Amino acid sequence: MVKAQRPSAAKRRESLRLFLYIVPFLALIFLFSYFPLYGWIYSFFDYKPALGLARSEFVGLQWFRLLVYSPAQLTQILQVLANTLGMSFIGIATSILPVAFALFLNEIKAKPFKNLIQTLTTLPNFISWVLVYMIAFSIFSSTGLVNSALSDWGFISTPIKFLDSDSYTWLKMAAWGVWKGVGWGAIMYLAAIASIDPTLYESARVDGAKRFQIMRHITLPHLIPTYLVLLMLSVANLLNNGMEQYYVFKNAFNLEHIQVLDLYVFTIGIGGGSLSMATVISMLKSIISVALLVAVNWLSRRLRGSSII
Amino acid sequence: MPTIDPPHSTAPLATGRLLRRRHHRLVSPGQVGFGLINYALFGLFALLCAYPFYYLIINSLSANDLSALGQVRLWPQGLHWDNYAEIFQLRGLSLAAVVSVLRTVIGTAATVLASAFLGFMFTQEKMWHRKLWYRLMIFTMYFNAGLIPMFITMKNLHLTNSFWVYILPAIVQPFNIILVKTYIESMPASLQEAAEVDGASTLQIFFRVILPNTTPILATVAIFSAVGQWNSFQDTLIYITDQKLYSLQYILYTYINQASSLAEAAQQAGGNLASVASAATKQTATSVRMTVAVVVVAPIIFVYPIFQRFFVKGIMLGAVKG
Repeated sequence: MVKAQRPSAAKRRESLRLFLYIVPFLALIFLFSYFPLYGWIYSFFDYKPALGLARSEFVGLQWFRLLVYSPAQLTQILQVLANTLGMSFIGIATSILPVAFALFLNEIKAKPFKNLIQTLTTLPNFISWVLVYMIAFSIFSSTGLVNSALSDWGFISTPIKFLDSDSYTWLKMAAWGVWKGVGWGAIMYLAAIASIDPTLYESARVDGAKRFQIMRHITLPHLIPTYLVLLMLSVANLLNNGMEQYYVFKNAFNLEHIQVLDLYVFTIGIGGGSLSMATVISMLKSIISVALLVAVNWLSRRLRGSSII
Repeated sequence: MPTIDPPHSTAPLATGRLLRRRHHRLVSPGQVGFGLINYALFGLFALLCAYPFYYLIINSLSANDLSALGQVRLWPQGLHWDNYAEIFQLRGLSLAAVVSVLRTVIGTAATVLASAFLGFMFTQEKMWHRKLWYRLMIFTMYFNAGLIPMFITMKNLHLTNSFWVYILPAIVQPFNIILVKTYIESMPASLQEAAEVDGASTLQIFFRVILPNTTPILATVAIFSAVGQWNSFQDTLIYITDQKLYSLQYILYTYINQASSLAEAAQQAGGNLASVASAATKQTATSVRMTVAVVVVAPIIFVYPIFQRFFVKGIMLGAVKG
């Protein structure tokens, strides 16, 4: 009896000892990921930071009602939603560009040139949006490269407002996204191409397949699985555009069409002090996003037989 | 990799040569055109990606009156290095550089050590409820409480206007931990067993066996984390109002906007840029911005080509997981 118990007690001590090592890190996880969820109750209060939560007034679903019934609030939130979804869908449409990039880069056989292209085109992925904006500013502002060149060459007499205007805001944002991300996005597809069995190409060429036929019938099909996974993830992230890009590019002119949900929450919450309303919106966004992810994951299991998360 | 054989290729078999020659004929006119267009398009896009960086650099080195007008386009004009000497006299900029370097060094060290340690600990099957803790950690990748609850949490923890807001929330990164854990699981178990037989403690095993044997994956984690810390802008924007804690990215952002709209320029009239610009007549808003931008981007440009393979490895491992 004693003999049987001692190793199990030792084992138990050992397993607890191992657990104690990770406790500080579990505390960090709890503190920065789970504990903030408690903040969702602010959405049921008229939270004033000066009063603290205890003395703020409990208002039940007032903010949720305001979101739907106040015409001014509703128009605003609908515009923000349109921007969010509009730019997300343009983003999804441009997600085939990295596929095309990889497909055609693979047709370049000069190794040094290919490497150079890859290095240069992936570089923008590693700079911050602030720097992207700095680049945009130095090239497209009224005294920037494009305007000064165009006016020197006599094409324009007054500078074109590329940045301080609200025309094609969604497309401009998508274009900067492509500039920053397409080279990096292609890397995964290039890896998929590298893993294709070379004998497939050999036999296709023996059968007399032309370059485009090989690209269309051998290379491309091998990229589809990766593409589908990324596509589903971007559907799950429809509402999460992040705010950094839009925050740095926003100005008084383009605010109407650049404000996505993440930026809107920041603007009214941190900027405008409507902490409760901002909490309502970001809470709904979080819940919808998790639901979308679960749905997309379920779909993936049905269609592909494996989950994406 | 499929390659197109050169015309003088000496195939061992007659049939092989025949096939190849027929193949080569198919390649000829249209294919050459395709090749040219393909090279040209990729060359053009690569130029589009690289030129803006070059543009920033030549402008930061050129005569400031020319750069202010957008006249410096292809190569530096009136080459001088004064801008680099002078911007570091701007109040706040040197301090911001220190903050950015510190957060990058400390944050990266903390993330790498924590990822290595947790990646190791989560392979210890004897741990009490190991799977539960692991799942609790993984789950945090798929949701977040939202900006305002995070802000209030940080405020309650007295982390707003504190340097540690840059470090503490970044220590536990589930994705990095998965990378390290997968890597350790692919190592021979005998490594750890041998150390255990020798009576090594858990921490000794971690420092003497695990750390030295996981350097390739830790390098990947380090590079990603360093770039993330260096580029981070949003946390300063949300949690920091104390100017002493501004990062370089944040300072650059304020510099871009200081002259971009009159209203903000007026607000900032007493601020750093305006006073310096009028004192040192040579400096223009453009020259300051360009020079700061080069300082901010230089580490990335230098680090990236050297460590490119680590970045690529990182995304590959991520892809295997996803």
